[in-house]
Amino acid sequence: MALTQSDIDGELARVRESYDKARAEGAPAADHPPRDFPPYRSSVLRHPKQPLVAVHGDPETVELHTPVFGHTDITAIDNDLTVQHQGEPLGERITVSGRLLDSRGRPVHGQLIELWQANASGRYAHLRDQHPAPLDPNFTGVGRTLTGDDGSYHFTTIKPGAYPWRNHENAWRPAHLHFSVFGAAFTQRLVTQMYFPGDPLFAYDPILQSVTEPAARERLVATYDHALSRPEWSLGYRWDIVLDGPSATWIEEGR
Amino acid sequence: MSKRLTPEQGPAPAQALAPAEGLAPTPSHTVGPFYGYALPFPGGGEMAPAGHPGAITLHGYVRDGEGAPVPDALIELWQAGPDGSLAGAGGSMRRDPVTGGFLGRNGVDFTGFGRVATDADGHWTARTLPPGGPAAPAAPYISVCVHARGLLHHLFTRVYFPENAEANAADPLLASLDPARRETLVATAASPPGTYRFDIRLQGEGETVFLEFR
Ligand SMILES: [Fe+3]
Repeated sequence: MALTQSDIDGELARVRESYDKARAEGAPAADHPPRDFPPYRSSVLRHPKQPLVAVHGDPETVELHTPVFGHTDITAIDNDLTVQHQGEPLGERITVSGRLLDSRGRPVHGQLIELWQANASGRYAHLRDQHPAPLDPNFTGVGRTLTGDDGSYHFTTIKPGAYPWRNHENAWRPAHLHFSVFGAAFTQRLVTQMYFPGDPLFAYDPILQSVTEPAARERLVATYDHALSRPEWSLGYRWDIVLDGPSATWIEEGR
Repeated sequence: MSKRLTPEQGPAPAQALAPAEGLAPTPSHTVGPFYGYALPFPGGGEMAPAGHPGAITLHGYVRDGEGAPVPDALIELWQAGPDGSLAGAGGSMRRDPVTGGFLGRNGVDFTGFGRVATDADGHWTARTLPPGGPAAPAAPYISVCVHARGLLHHLFTRVYFPENAEANAADPLLASLDPARRETLVATAASPPGTYRFDIRLQGEGETVFLEFR
């Protein structure tokens, strides 16, 4: 018997209930999803069962430093996913802007942000994506940029479509952009997804719902920002990214 | 605009981890199955400058809780240069400003960063230089970040090298682990010389030691 949406809904409700109970008993808010999250079936055999081993590093700890990416790693049009082919891609043109910050609110500058996504029809330019929605010859869906001195980043792209997947019967992912982010330390590495406000699929999606803390889920949803919309060109979304984890500079400052 | 300031308030118990006036972090999400056309890049595993006489080969399999290969994992490596430097260098994913394509590394600089996807067998390979440093008592290692479909949050581990037996024995992290688990962080010397095998078991028998940083 194929797993249905109502099976998943029931599992999500039970997870939510036990999270709320733990919170009521004083447990801290969960900033990240648990690695073991059965409603997302792929996590079942892929999460460690042993607890993670905590490392309290000194400034020489390799992970408190970070790989360097520079202007040789980026081309001038990498942050505009709509100009990488001969013609214009189909779909609703959007601009996505925000700032990359560390958890003390300091801008993280000169770091690499990579973005990848499905096209307006919800299809990835990936051979294994067999969703019967059209590929767009004018859209690959890959962007890169380096953050500015104030931690800012800007992308111009196309609003991706929702797409089905095989977690359960009638499973659909809400529209999202995949982000890969480097910080001032390898410990701050972040791979995540940005969502669009008001998507009716949020409640059904075990990946978004794996973030059990409602306030944390909201941090994955961009804000529509009319001031970022460009007249007769694109709709603007604002999304700040806050990195977790220590860096060598924190240690040197005696955090 | 979303406000993420979380001033100290409410009944939450004092957390040693919480930065004094911190912003709450953006939650992690899985890399998903369809990153393959976006994140891997040509020469991602060719960290050693071409023809470098000191180059080593590091390879292994990623397996899940049933021992099945994980064909959609992405392995990132970050390390000190042979001189122990953690300064790194740009140019891991050097680009051609004319075509926008990837040029490969410049053949001289050691960037310290590598990125390789596993193949259909769950296997990955990188060619790099042996890491130098850090100061005693820590032993040299390569930091590894594992991403995959099914991993809602990436996993960190480390590759230590078998010929550094003495340094490894003194290393505070390795020394803190029980011997059976410690082995999962030490690569196995293979042939030809300069080849090392490092398997990653996400769950179950021989589960790799994964790390968190505080
Ligand atoms: Fe996706």
